[in-house]
Amino acid sequence: MKFTEEHEWLLEEGELIVVGITEHAAEQLGDVVFVELPEAGSAVSKDDEIVVIESVKAASDILAPLDGEIVEVNEALADNPGLVNEDAQGEAWFFKIKPSDTGPMADYMDEAAYKDFIA
Amino acid sequence: MTDLKHTPLHALHVELGARMVGFAGYDMPVQFPDGIMAEHSHTRQSAGLFDVSHMGQVILSGAPMADIAAAFETLVPMDVAGLPEGRQRYGLFLNDEGGILDDLMFANRGDHLYVVVNAACKDADIARMKAALEPAVSVTPVTDRALLALQGPAAEAVLAGLNPSVAEMAFMDVATLELDGADCWISRSGYTGEDGFEISVPEHHAESLARTLLSNDAVAPIGLGARDSLRLEAGLCLYGHDIDETTLPAEAGLTWAIQKVRRAGGDRAGGFPGAEAVLGQIASGPDRKRVGLRPQGRAPMREGVALFAETEGGEQIGAITSGGFGPSVGGPVAMGYLPADLATPDTTVYGELRGKRLPLTVAKLPFVTANFKR
Repeated sequence: MKFTEEHEWLLEEGELIVVGITEHAAEQLGDVVFVELPEAGSAVSKDDEIVVIESVKAASDILAPLDGEIVEVNEALADNPGLVNEDAQGEAWFFKIKPSDTGPMADYMDEAAYKDFIA
Repeated sequence: MTDLKHTPLHALHVELGARMVGFAGYDMPVQFPDGIMAEHSHTRQSAGLFDVSHMGQVILSGAPMADIAAAFETLVPMDVAGLPEGRQRYGLFLNDEGGILDDLMFANRGDHLYVVVNAACKDADIARMKAALEPAVSVTPVTDRALLALQGPAAEAVLAGLNPSVAEMAFMDVATLELDGADCWISRSGYTGEDGFEISVPEHHAESLARTLLSNDAVAPIGLGARDSLRLEAGLCLYGHDIDETTLPAEAGLTWAIQKVRRAGGDRAGGFPGAEAVLGQIASGPDRKRVGLRPQGRAPMREGVALFAETEGGEQIGAITSGGFGPSVGGPVAMGYLPADLATPDTTVYGELRGKRLPLTVAKLPFVTANFKR
């Protein structure tokens, strides 16, 4: 698993990358009450704001970590946004992206580096 | 921010694991480890303990009560003279145009008026009262007492465990009662839409009283986050957001707070700042009104979201002044201002969120039924 400075986690799954937010980010956000996901099939560019997360306190954006195509989104989050607080790094994945350029993956942090980053 | 002030409960908040934020110059708990949703629900179902010591407590004294009341009536459009001893009332400070400078509570405590004002406004409020009332009436900020609120359906039983007399108080009654060995000024009121009490306690007793209350399983500590969602669901205004210097009482839906004796035709009509504008708007009806709004989708719409009559085009017709997620409602809720002809329940309007116009339904306030002990 890799991590971005935007507190996303990225997990390789075959030729796809599964993306969510970290437990640390979920805890900082507080109770999540709404998640707006991109449309499956949409083409995105790295750093596009493609997910909106609303917690009880405030709205936050999630940026596309890579160029590519969104091939699947986690529809379960629409009905149960609280899943983000329950299982941020598992069941509450946001989307799966088919990257057109995996170059940035090499720059993202491993778990040890991310732990240092949030310490 | 190193110059944030601390309330007498600051160390307790930190000990309880609160996430602290700066608010109106004070370092205050925004949430405890349970989180805003759980704190909100706990208050609606049991009892929540809030630290509101940042608010301004002020005593008006030094003259016969009739004179204090008459003097205070020059500052607020409320019936002060007719407020019986042991009762509290909601009030408003207004500017000369009738705009709201602050909202407040005032109580007749026998030989003095006890006034509670918003934290962010308290310095200006105290200066305003001193300028208008002194030397005939003494204006004394209370700086050696904390202010706690115990809110929720279990509040009466919890507090009655410390002093059974609290059960005899009705909504908006005030009394001086001993709690946990401390001389407390208690009112049966709050800011959540639930039954409950606000308790002014000497600062050196505040932490002990808070610990005693929290030792009851029915009571949990509640932060400012849940305080905001509770008051929003209850349809209560937050000063600086839903009401400010640009809003007059009638358009804010606060005409009820101006008793008939102070309105046109009343025995003591007018005689307060902005009277002409305020009474004029009550007579003619406001052009815009504060309304409840329910976003039809799941996305919360927060303060500042522009409102439109149509899905595209047209001028902005209003804005959201408070909004977020209502845990007891189970969806997003908001308040804002709309033209009077659109301020009817079940009307659909559109809020512009992230470039898209999303529908909201005008709704009756409050969003949740108030549970006051009348």
